Amino acid sequence: MLCLLQGIGFRLARPSQHAVRVLFPAFTVPLQRVGMSCLAGNCTVWRPIMRISPAEYSFCVAIIEIRHLAKTFGAVKAVDDISLDIESGEFITLLGPSGSGKTTVLRMIAGFEDPDGGTIHLNGTEITHLPPFDREVNTVFQDYALFPHMTVQDNVEYGLRTRKVPKAERAEQARQAIASVKLEHARERLPHQLSGGQRQRIALARTLVLRPKVLLLDEPLGALDRQLREEMQVELKTIQRDAGITFVFVTHDQEEAMRMSDRIVIFNEGRIEQVGTPEQVYERPATKFVAGFLGSANIVSGESAQKLFGHSKTVSIRPERIRLKPSSYTPTPDETALPVVVNEAAFIGANTVYLVDTDHGIVLSISKTNEELLGQDNRFVPGDRVLAVWRNSHTVVIPA
Amino acid sequence: MSDTSMSRQRRPISSYLLRRPKVRLLGLLALPMTWIVGVYILSLFLLLVTAFWNVDPFTSLVSPAFNLENFRLIFTNSAYIATSIRTLFIALAVTTVCVVFAVPLGIFMAKIASPRLRNALAVAITLPLWAGYLVKVIAMRLVFTEEGFFNWLMAPLGIRGPGFSIPIVILTLTYLWFPYMALPVYTAIRQIPPILFDASSDMGAKGFVTVYRVVLPLIVPAIIAGSVFTFSLSLGDYLAARFTGGSTQMIGSIIAANINLNPPVAAAYSMVPITFVVIYLMVARRTGSLERM
Repeated sequence: MLCLLQGIGFRLARPSQHAVRVLFPAFTVPLQRVGMSCLAGNCTVWRPIMRISPAEYSFCVAIIEIRHLAKTFGAVKAVDDISLDIESGEFITLLGPSGSGKTTVLRMIAGFEDPDGGTIHLNGTEITHLPPFDREVNTVFQDYALFPHMTVQDNVEYGLRTRKVPKAERAEQARQAIASVKLEHARERLPHQLSGGQRQRIALARTLVLRPKVLLLDEPLGALDRQLREEMQVELKTIQRDAGITFVFVTHDQEEAMRMSDRIVIFNEGRIEQVGTPEQVYERPATKFVAGFLGSANIVSGESAQKLFGHSKTVSIRPERIRLKPSSYTPTPDETALPVVVNEAAFIGANTVYLVDTDHGIVLSISKTNEELLGQDNRFVPGDRVLAVWRNSHTVVIPA
Repeated sequence: MSDTSMSRQRRPISSYLLRRPKVRLLGLLALPMTWIVGVYILSLFLLLVTAFWNVDPFTSLVSPAFNLENFRLIFTNSAYIATSIRTLFIALAVTTVCVVFAVPLGIFMAKIASPRLRNALAVAITLPLWAGYLVKVIAMRLVFTEEGFFNWLMAPLGIRGPGFSIPIVILTLTYLWFPYMALPVYTAIRQIPPILFDASSDMGAKGFVTVYRVVLPLIVPAIIAGSVFTFSLSLGDYLAARFTGGSTQMIGSIIAANINLNPPVAAAYSMVPITFVVIYLMVARRTGSLERM
């Protein structure tokens, strides 16, 4: 449905990964991001792909439809009435704290858990209760799950072997898949002879060689150290874009989710809190949970909101959107300025985080980029009386 | 005063040993070496020596001499050769049957059974180890005897048991040695990460393929470890054949029969199962499985 709206001109705030449809398919000009800077999350440059294969026309169709999915473990409702459409070719991330049900949803799509209720459709076919080996989806596991007794080559051939691909053909396909993750030299090694990053690449090659319609990734980068993780994020994103496979990615790392995803689904206590592009979920959180979970936020509600904003709805404002100005500052008409006292100033490298008290006794957190060296910068110290200034459009009224 | 007496207590033996590692090693190994060399190796060596002696046909006394007559006998006499081959076959059959039972049971216990059922089964498997050896052999004898439980149970179906014969010997020996196979196999299957089963089915493998391609290769060391017991214990056994085998003779039966009449022949013949076991262990060692026992 979302796609249809997109198709007739209701564009999403950020185009879905491959295509923005205009009125007629003939005029469809899929867009592709340019440059790796996209991975920093602030990319706005899009370039049209001029050659489109017929398969690419099916982009904007929901490849996975989840309806009223439910799963209970003992007395715990792990997944509680979840409905979600996953579009073909998109990179969608299921994000949430541990125990929020995101992994259970992934495992139900893969077929490792049998849902208690609801349905899952893949490409229009119901797969809710099919065993994993009858589904055209594949999984990359957190601990890689490589077979320890098989060489890299045999691991990658495994799925082809179960599909009865002739020997020479599967050897060749496996060779290509291993080459695509740049590990040709390690083909005859055993998994324990590889580093964590190399194992992760083989786990990826092992699933990609099967050309799945949907690739499920269960915190695949969780076991890697930070630098390697960032490299793999870039690599995963490149592979996903080049292969045009739908990626369903589970993580609890919000930065990772924002960097890589076309859309993010935020889970909490077995329910979906919000679905949207990284910008949407960050800038327009639909619930208090989302506002607090993604980045940090000053969430003001009830009596405090009455004092600050003149109404008692819940309001969220990001620490980086509040600026501190000397008392002499005159706000523009679209700004709000509030006299505050600096209570604490913590230097954390790239930023300084201030805690300030308003006259109403409300504490606000304010983050300021350290653009200059200390001393050349007009930083504030505890006790300073200053103005906290924000643009009115930067406050978000949270509906729920 | 008390300070110095506490901290400067002299320990002459300890400090002597500390400075002499060889003496220390000797102290450590004295008892086990006495056991291995004095009892174990020596008795085997005496057995080997006896195998080259002979028995005076008139006096029936063993006389020390060096000849290969006993070995010639066991390698040319068809009864001895047939018994060796029969015993080897029985030991291999027992091992195979143990594996065939242990693998599905291990998979069930490790991956499917609830923790309660798993513990109950673990006790059930080890329970026979607590009963006496002879008790179990006699129990099998009672089940399969002419008027026994098996024939009584199967009578309505018109089925009669095979009577005391090679299959019953194999069954009895399987019953005796099964725990030695089942426990290592179960432990090995438990150690396979569950996620490997998920990964296998995710890549299109059904249950049987997963067992064949993932489970079996990973538990080969456990199977070999278990088979060392089932195989060598079966090779040396003779009471099972005696009580449940009817006329079936195993190497052990012949040794037992000769041990008073002709000890040198018994000694020579006992080299046969030892040789089988040594060959088996060498093959097992080449697979690298013995290090994981």
